[in-house]
Amino acid sequence: MDKLFTPNIEDADGFYAELLAAHEGLSEAESHALNARLVLLLSNVVGDRDVLSRAFELAKQAG
Amino acid sequence: MVDVRYETAFTLYPYERSADQDAQSPARHPVVIVGGGPVGMGMALELGLKNVPCVVLDDHDGVGVGSRAICFAKRTLEICDRMGAADPMVDLGVVWNVGRVFRDERQIYDFNLLPEEGHKRPAFINLQQPYFEKFLVERIRAAQAEGAPIEIRGKNRVLSVDSHDDHVVLEVDTPEGPYRMEADYMVACDGARSPVRTMLGHDFTGRVFEDNFLICDVKMTADFPTERWFWFDPPFNRGQSVLLHKQPDDIWRIDFQLGWDIDRKAVVQPEYYMPKVQAMLGEGVEFEPEWVSVYTFQCMSMDEYRHGRVFFAGDSAHQVSPFGARGCNGGIQDVDNLGWKLAAVIKGEAGERLLDTYQEERKHGADENILNSSRTTDFMTPKTEIAKLFRESVLDLVEHTDAMRPLVNSGRLSVPCVYDGSSLNGADDASLPQRTRVGATLVDAPTDQGWLIDRIGGRFQLFTVNSEFKPEGLDLDLVDVIVAPDDLIAERYLGGAEQAVYLIRPDQVIAARWVNPTTADVSAALKTAMGG
Repeated sequence: MDKLFTPNIEDADGFYAELLAAHEGLSEAESHALNARLVLLLSNVVGDRDVLSRAFELAKQAG
Repeated sequence: MVDVRYETAFTLYPYERSADQDAQSPARHPVVIVGGGPVGMGMALELGLKNVPCVVLDDHDGVGVGSRAICFAKRTLEICDRMGAADPMVDLGVVWNVGRVFRDERQIYDFNLLPEEGHKRPAFINLQQPYFEKFLVERIRAAQAEGAPIEIRGKNRVLSVDSHDDHVVLEVDTPEGPYRMEADYMVACDGARSPVRTMLGHDFTGRVFEDNFLICDVKMTADFPTERWFWFDPPFNRGQSVLLHKQPDDIWRIDFQLGWDIDRKAVVQPEYYMPKVQAMLGEGVEFEPEWVSVYTFQCMSMDEYRHGRVFFAGDSAHQVSPFGARGCNGGIQDVDNLGWKLAAVIKGEAGERLLDTYQEERKHGADENILNSSRTTDFMTPKTEIAKLFRESVLDLVEHTDAMRPLVNSGRLSVPCVYDGSSLNGADDASLPQRTRVGATLVDAPTDQGWLIDRIGGRFQLFTVNSEFKPEGLDLDLVDVIVAPDDLIAERYLGGAEQAVYLIRPDQVIAARWVNPTTADVSAALKTAMGG
C-alpha cells in the first residue's frame, strides 16, 4: 500500500478538527512556525527517505 | 385568532371544534403533543400505536410548503417501517449512490456509496418534507380507523403552558376563541423557534454560523443523472459552494452558499436567482422555480430535554446545520427513544426514572449530530485564514491523490449514535462483533423468515442465534434464528462465536448480549433496561 495515495488517517474528521483547533488564536507567523514543527515531527514518524522525497514532489505538484 | 405563519402544501387536518372547548373544567389527557411537524406526528403515531391516548395541537391545518428536510436516512425509514409508514416514502423517494465533487469547472472526484448488502432499506432517500409529513398523517388516519387513540387538532395554537409537579395546564387559542386543557405529560415538538421553550423560559445555546444559503427547488425534465453533485468555487457561484440533489416529481434542489454579507430580500427575487440557476444548469435548459428560500443556520441545544412533565423533541430541543441530514433524522430518533419509555411509564410498567434516560441518551445523540454537522460547516465555511488554507490544500491535493478524500467534508451520512455507557445498558460480551455491541441499534440482515428489522421491534424481545436458550418465566418474545457460518446474521451477530443471545429494546436498541446467559442474567438486564 502506497500511503501517499491511500487514505490512512484514523477518525479523519476528528483529526481535521484537532488540526484547526491547534491553530486557533495564532498569528500568521505563529501558524507558519507550528506547521513547520509539525512537518518535522511527522517526517520523523514517516522516516522513509523515499516516501518523504515523493511527498515533497507530490505536494509541489498539487500546488 | 390563530395567525397563518406559513403557506401549506396540503391541508390535512382542518379546524374542528373539540368537546374540550365546551368542557366545564379542563379535560385531562395522558399526552399532549405540541407541533404537527414530522416529529410531532411521528410521536403521535408511535404513542397511538402503543395505545397511549394523545392529542396533537398544531397552529396550522396542514403541511408547510418547501422541500426543507429532504434526506431521510435508513434509520428513519426503519423507524417508520415499525410504525407502518415507510412503504409510500420509499416508493416515492429517490435513491442515489453516485456523487460527484467539482472544483471550479473540473470534476475532482466521484464516489459510489455502494450500499452494504443485506438491508431492507437504502442508506437514505431524497423526499420533500411535505410528502414525509403527509405519509405520516395518512398512516395516523389509518391507525385511527383501527382504533388508535390519536387526535389531531388543527388551528390550535398554544398560548401558555403552566407546568406542575404531576401535570401541565395549557391555554390554547382557536378560530373560535381560547380554551384550557390539561396533560399528564406534554411533548413540545414545535421546532427550532419553539414557543413552548420560550414560554417556559429555557435557554437554547450554541453556535451561529455566519453564512447564508439560498435554496431553489426547480422543476426540470432535462436528462440529468440521479446523482449528488457538489461544487467548490464554481463559475456560477464564485468563492462559494453549491449542492444539487434530485427529488421526486422532477424537482431538483439546489443549495447556493452565499456568504454572510448579503441582502436577504434581494436574493429571493427572480432577477437574482434565475440567471444563477440558468448558468449552473447550462444555456437552453428549461426549468421552473417551485420554491425559493434563504436560510442561515446554527447549532444549538437545550441543556435538559426533560423538565418535569414536559419533554422537548426534535428541533425544539436541538438544532443542527443542515449538512449531513441530522435534523429531521435526529428528531425521529428522539421519537423512537421517548415513545416506548413514555408508554411504559404511563402504563405503570416502569418508574419515572426511565424518563430521565431520554435526556441521557438523546443528548448524547444530539451532541454527536451537532459535532458532525459543525465539522462539515467548518470545512465548507472556513472561519479563519489558516482554516481556509488547509481546506484549499486538501482540495489541491485531492486532485492528485485519493489519500486526502476522507478529509473532504461536504456532509457525512446520518447514522444513529451508539448509546455507549447508557445507564440502561446491561451485560455485554466483547467477544461478539463490535458493531452490534450493547447500546447500538439493531443491524438489519435477511433471515429465513424475512428481514430481521421486520421481526424485531415495538416491545422487548430476545433474539437468539444458533442458541437453544429459552428464558424461564419471563414475558419476552423470542426470535430465534439458526444460521450458517457464512450468513450475514452470523457476520453481524456472532463474529467468531458459536452462538449468541441478544436482548432488544422496543426501539430496536441492543440492551444486553451474551454467548450463553442464564434466565437470571436476562432478567437482570431487562430490569436495568426498564430503568432499574
